[in-house]
Amino acid sequence: MELCAAFLLVAGLFFSFTATVGLLRLPDVYNRLHATAKCDTLGAGLIVAALVLSGRPPDQVVKLIFILLFLWLANPTAAHILARAAYTAGTPLAPGTRLPEEGENKC
Amino acid sequence: MIALYNGAAVMLVFLIFGCLFRAYLGPTAADRVVAVNVIGTKAVVLLCLVSAAFQEGFFLDVALVYALISFLATICLARLVLQGKRRWGEGK
Repeated sequence: MELCAAFLLVAGLFFSFTATVGLLRLPDVYNRLHATAKCDTLGAGLIVAALVLSGRPPDQVVKLIFILLFLWLANPTAAHILARAAYTAGTPLAPGTRLPEEGENKC
Repeated sequence: MIALYNGAAVMLVFLIFGCLFRAYLGPTAADRVVAVNVIGTKAVVLLCLVSAAFQEGFFLDVALVYALISFLATICLARLVLQGKRRWGEGK
């Protein structure tokens, strides 16, 4: 169990690191949101899961699970709202981005 | 195991400083809001790690409330990004 928790902790740190690198290196807001929304949520989930597995008292385990569920619910929602607000406010896209033409399949 | 928690907490602090650099640098307002959102998530995880390192339960209450307030702050800042465009034009 301890080994499993340590593995999850290191994996969560790796994903958090990936989110930070994406936030620092990618060219525009939408790319940065793409990196952080997924990697940061997954990293936070893995680290909190490691703490759940590491033999805490039951009341703390319940609180940790609440934190995990709330983060997994709130983070994608916040990313969606932010991307929508940025696009509506006309935040510029990275140079070289191509939006679909009229009549083209937008998916 | 405690040493591992301490090391993970220190590494998260360095990652938070990286995000803070983007919040300082960010060319648009939306970039800064994204960076603040990431900092909030990482701070919640950091509080959970501190709770495990100190073997204390009350840090988890702080982390839970911090997660709620961070989400609310992100929503309000997204509204500000929208209204800033509407009220003051393009800006710079």
